[in-house]
Amino acid sequence: MHASLWISKTGLGAQEQKLNTISNNLANVGTTGFKRDRAVFNDLLYQIKRQPGAASSQDTTLPSGLQQGTGVRTVATQKVFGIGNIEITENPLDMAINGRGFFQVLMPDGSLGYSRDGTFQVDNTGQIVTAQGYVMQPAITIPATAATTTIGSDGVVSVLDAATGATTQVGQVQLADFVNPSGLQAIGGNLFRETTASGAATTSNPGLNGLGSIYQGAIENSNVSVVEELVNMIATQRAYEMNSKVISTVDQMLQYINQNT
Amino acid sequence: MDKLLYIAMSGAKQTMLAQNVHSNNLANVSTDGFKAELVQARSMPVYGNHFPSRVYSMTEQPSVDFSHGSPIETNRDLDLMIEGDGWFSVLDETGAEAFTRVGNFSIDTAGYMRTQNGDILMGNAGPIILPPYEKVEIGHDGTVTVQALGQGPETLVEIDRIKLVNPNNVELQKNPDGLFRRTDGQEELPAAEIRIRSGFLESSNANPVHSLLEIMSLSKQFEMQVKLMKKAEEMDTASARIMHFS
Repeated sequence: MHASLWISKTGLGAQEQKLNTISNNLANVGTTGFKRDRAVFNDLLYQIKRQPGAASSQDTTLPSGLQQGTGVRTVATQKVFGIGNIEITENPLDMAINGRGFFQVLMPDGSLGYSRDGTFQVDNTGQIVTAQGYVMQPAITIPATAATTTIGSDGVVSVLDAATGATTQVGQVQLADFVNPSGLQAIGGNLFRETTASGAATTSNPGLNGLGSIYQGAIENSNVSVVEELVNMIATQRAYEMNSKVISTVDQMLQYINQNT
Repeated sequence: MDKLLYIAMSGAKQTMLAQNVHSNNLANVSTDGFKAELVQARSMPVYGNHFPSRVYSMTEQPSVDFSHGSPIETNRDLDLMIEGDGWFSVLDETGAEAFTRVGNFSIDTAGYMRTQNGDILMGNAGPIILPPYEKVEIGHDGTVTVQALGQGPETLVEIDRIKLVNPNNVELQKNPDGLFRRTDGQEELPAAEIRIRSGFLESSNANPVHSLLEIMSLSKQFEMQVKLMKKAEEMDTASARIMHFS
């Protein structure tokens, strides 16, 4: 039947995928440490219906052929790792990374997850955990007698003992870095997992080896720009409508030929 | 029976082919760096031992619309847009040179800058390989400078210059994988005058209004061809009736 039907179908599918990405970005506009996604499209393979330069007779060749494109496909949804705005919260266990790097957390299956979300809390044993309760790595325990907790820009965690008035170091926050952060696999819950595309994690103290330093009492906001997403949404909707218009036009043509023959 | 039926049929069939090209342009209206396909019809008269009144139509693509899309701001360091004419030179999977204007590059674990299809971006001195970096700057003329991991901003390293080429559009052909190549397969020399902008992408240059209008006007042409087929049938029945009378 008419190939335009399937070509336009790929167009509809791509716009739908783009709209899903946009709505997910918009839904996460208030998610701490969220990195926006971007749908990347590519034209599908071209079918050569008539080879340019083929012989049209013994002595003549066709000056131009007919290559028919077969539509569009979504080749990737790419995480865009721009830095979000830093928001001051004054919560002593909130941390924001100013620059490259990820916090490391221990997942329930024993593997490591990586996150830019710095809203940490203390669990019943005093360990620093994420909002889901996963323990930050390397594990740091805040003693129950601590009056105040201070996290330096280099990641050193120290506490002031309420009873003795002495300050002691209880741990060191370490950050992980990747060659290609866009290659990380997002697994939800503001967490990423290492893949072969991202490369292996290299860990180091904050502020060293190109890693960002840590701000205590601040979090990194989502890097979604609402205006940009809304503009994308308008363009996507209209492109969707036009592709569906092609389908209805082709439908009318096929209907016409059925009625008149 | 009059061969009018076959001529009308070829008209209807070629109209559908032209619509396919336009609907492909429309499907790629949000594909970054996409170049719309042009389409035209050519008349193909049939010569022989008869009066050459039979002219079939043929749909063909003379070329691609090489006009530029509009810039889209993305603020991502590895998104590159060519200002004006010019192409990025990439290595395809066979290791041959191909050209693209899609500037949405990623970096792989070995440091190669790749397109989303995995083709390697070329510099003037071979493929561009970025060391582990804290910040990458891509200059107006394609010069890639990085601030290596753990180094201060005072120790910038110049890696290479992105190979930007400016072949004559007449010598370029779009290939089935969507990349452009020279028709003679030759390598292109770098062109120094091309400027790029980092943090921008080039939008598709397909004009949705134009494509949609073309599809709709072609659909009316299609209906006309069908009408002619119907007429051919009526004429045939009429002549059969004459034979019936005699």
